[in-house]
Amino acid sequence: MLVVYLGSLFSLLINSFYYIDDFSGLIIREFTLRTYAQIFTPANREIFTRTATMAFFVTIASAVISFPLAYYIAKYASRRLKTWLLIGVTIPLWSSYLVRVYSWKLILAQEGILSYFINLFGLSGFLKWLLSFEGIGGSSLALSPLGMFIVFVYIWLPYMIIPVQTALERVPNSLVEASSDLGAKPLQTFRTVILPMAFPGVIAGSIFTFSLTLGDFIIPLAIGNSKFFIGQAVYSYQGTAGNIPLAAAMTIGPVAIMIVYLLIARKLGAFDAL
Amino acid sequence: MHSKKAPLGLTIAAFGTLLFLHVPMLIIFLYTLTPDETTYTFPLPGFTTKWFGIALQRADLWRSLILSLKVATIATIIALILGTLAAAAVYRSNFFGRESISFLLVLPIALPGIVTGIALRAAIGGFDIPFSFWTIVIGHATFCIVVVYNNVLARLRRTNPSMIEASMDLGANSFQTFRHVVLPNIATALLAGGMLAFALSFDEVIVTTFTAGQQTTLPIWIFSQLNRPRDRPVTNVVATFVILITFIPIFLAQKISAESSDTEGENK
Amino acid sequence: MSNPPSTPAIKFEEVSRHFGEIKAVDQVNLEVNDGEFFAMLGPSGSGKTTCLRMIAGFDKPTSGSIYLYGQDVSNLPPYDRNVNTVFQDYALFPHMTVGENVAYGLMIKKVAKAEQTKRVDEMLELVQLKGFASRKPSQLSGGQRQRVALARALINHPKVLLLDEPLGALDLKLRQQMQVELKAIQKRVGITFIFVTHDQEEAITMSDRIAVFSQGKIEQVGSPAEIYERPASAFVAGFVGTSNLVSGEIAKRITGSEKTFSIRPEKIHLTTTSPSADMVSLDGVVRDVVYLGLYTRYLVEIEDGVDLVVIEQNLKTTSMDVLSAKGQKVKLSWHKDHISYLEA
Repeated sequence: MLVVYLGSLFSLLINSFYYIDDFSGLIIREFTLRTYAQIFTPANREIFTRTATMAFFVTIASAVISFPLAYYIAKYASRRLKTWLLIGVTIPLWSSYLVRVYSWKLILAQEGILSYFINLFGLSGFLKWLLSFEGIGGSSLALSPLGMFIVFVYIWLPYMIIPVQTALERVPNSLVEASSDLGAKPLQTFRTVILPMAFPGVIAGSIFTFSLTLGDFIIPLAIGNSKFFIGQAVYSYQGTAGNIPLAAAMTIGPVAIMIVYLLIARKLGAFDAL
Repeated sequence: MHSKKAPLGLTIAAFGTLLFLHVPMLIIFLYTLTPDETTYTFPLPGFTTKWFGIALQRADLWRSLILSLKVATIATIIALILGTLAAAAVYRSNFFGRESISFLLVLPIALPGIVTGIALRAAIGGFDIPFSFWTIVIGHATFCIVVVYNNVLARLRRTNPSMIEASMDLGANSFQTFRHVVLPNIATALLAGGMLAFALSFDEVIVTTFTAGQQTTLPIWIFSQLNRPRDRPVTNVVATFVILITFIPIFLAQKISAESSDTEGENK
Repeated sequence: MSNPPSTPAIKFEEVSRHFGEIKAVDQVNLEVNDGEFFAMLGPSGSGKTTCLRMIAGFDKPTSGSIYLYGQDVSNLPPYDRNVNTVFQDYALFPHMTVGENVAYGLMIKKVAKAEQTKRVDEMLELVQLKGFASRKPSQLSGGQRQRVALARALINHPKVLLLDEPLGALDLKLRQQMQVELKAIQKRVGITFIFVTHDQEEAITMSDRIAVFSQGKIEQVGSPAEIYERPASAFVAGFVGTSNLVSGEIAKRITGSEKTFSIRPEKIHLTTTSPSADMVSLDGVVRDVVYLGLYTRYLVEIEDGVDLVVIEQNLKTTSMDVLSAKGQKVKLSWHKDHISYLEA
């Protein structure tokens, strides 16, 4: 099975060096770099930038949002509660990816539940103002990058909480006490002791949030506007256009980024926090 | 373990995050009851349970469900066998490539599904293999193996290695040792890994879109509804069903893992 | 299972075990006699455990041969040699009951169920755990687990029983009790026991003979009395009990030879009277006194920078008496026969 997997990855690499004949639409199996050249067309470059930017912000947001819950589980929850909280985090991590995306279709719909509450609290003006920004806005939340961002964070958040929690778990309580004993205020302790020690966990979590956002095509298809993301582009190149070489070449980029990222993360000790 | 009380703000933020993770799924449950067929209006304009009956009558849904169950079952079985073998090999050996093997085995989770998907697609295309039930199974087995592998390896690492030596010492060969000592000790890890693998396979959509031909698994069916909603209320029912069918094995798997690490803690 | 008395139970012939650059065991020759209670004593990393693991078959010698009652077993897997082990952490199977644990070796051999039950009961009785068969290992105390491990290892009637730091995990009281019990069990079953320990007192109490290991080599093999009274090397003298080593000029003044010798602290007496002809006599100054209840330890300087440790029982003296000795001039004496020359 490992052979199948590696073999497939290899054939992906091979395919990225083929090209498609524009006229006949057939894949020409000879070595060329012209498919790679196509990646650097402005349109594709824009797709890369857009996806990477989204992945970056999703990662940052996940890291920030994950902290309170991770910290609570690691340092305050009783043994029993901890088990239940961890189950509460891991269930969405493993289950029903697609359905969880689908749920936001209901929530973000213009006539849906979120709009209802926004109107109820008289915040519709604020939302309109937010959506008016180029780049994050759109005609409604369901059709905007902002909406996508929310869904991405929602979907990948558990992948951040677990490693951060594991890392925090390893911060000995005595260290926190030593810091406050030496005169640090809680916030200082957090900044100087807890945060640095939780960092490998954040890196480990970021492997998932970043990489999974890079490659996702379901969320951009379901939510969001018509602007392509990498995954979406790959999906449509191989699907409707049948251009497997280009699709392959486009995935090699993220794969290369992720492998480098993984190797660095391993150096930083992030794998221990997995 | 110190039993200091958490600051109120932290507690609220923590449980707020937990709610954020779970409420959206509950909203789908709510929408199965809407009589509104064309929009997602909130508050619901009324209540009805007719969609459950309608969903039950849909032959296409039944076909998809059976296909998904079959794929998940077979992928899980393959994963259990190969994942255990891989974990045992990595655990037992000290050979040079050990670290890189375990690194490679993490890749299918760390790399987005689309990479696995397109890679398999390229390979399948390259060998002119027709898309079929089996291509889906192979696709699913790649990530299912990783799950089983990780569960089993973690358990093996917590297993006292002198137990295996003790068994050999008492006259058992490698196979007997595996059967009488190793297998019972990793049984719950296998169970947990198997259930996780099953759940993952059951609602997998990304790899499936690349490895399926004309076959429509349940997630593929939902996915098609995501783009071109035709049967909104029925989709809600199916989504609810998928949540339940994946929720149960995952919940049990997590319970098993939590309990087994608990009892180990007590024995020490 | 009678073997000619001349055949050693275990024989090491030039056995070495290297882990990369490290010579864990370095050209060891050793014979363990049939029916012996044999101790391998040494600090951690001295190669004693590796030797034990090679007898069991968990490790294979890099070179040399190991014989079990004359049969070369160097390359046999553990399950093909009639040797069983009591592991340091007991290695009981947590998913099996005590009875199933003990019966494991019989189950593997496909011994009939009734016979299994009978022999398990016998074994549990031998280790005084009658009626514990249906318990799980997690329900037992440390001492009880140890007994189960012992019963499990003995049920196959191995030719040799190996014990890896068998009492290491027990507290002092239990350890002393088990020392006596292990010895009694060995007498009853008549099997050769080889055990590894870093505790010299344990080795002396329990074993018929001791091999002292250091840095992959055997320093000395002998009875506890020989090891204690006639240490062959500075290492043995220091590792087994405490000892005073005297060498060079001072040694020559005392014995007439520059050869290094050792003298045990309890063999030296603090006296005031003149010694008889077969006694050695020296002058010294008491530098330090440690009152230890049953006895007192003195540090006596016999020459600039040369101190001897002297131990005297507090038969008549009180703490006040002994503590007042500090700084006083004393005479030391010991019997000439109590000197042990180290091999060069």
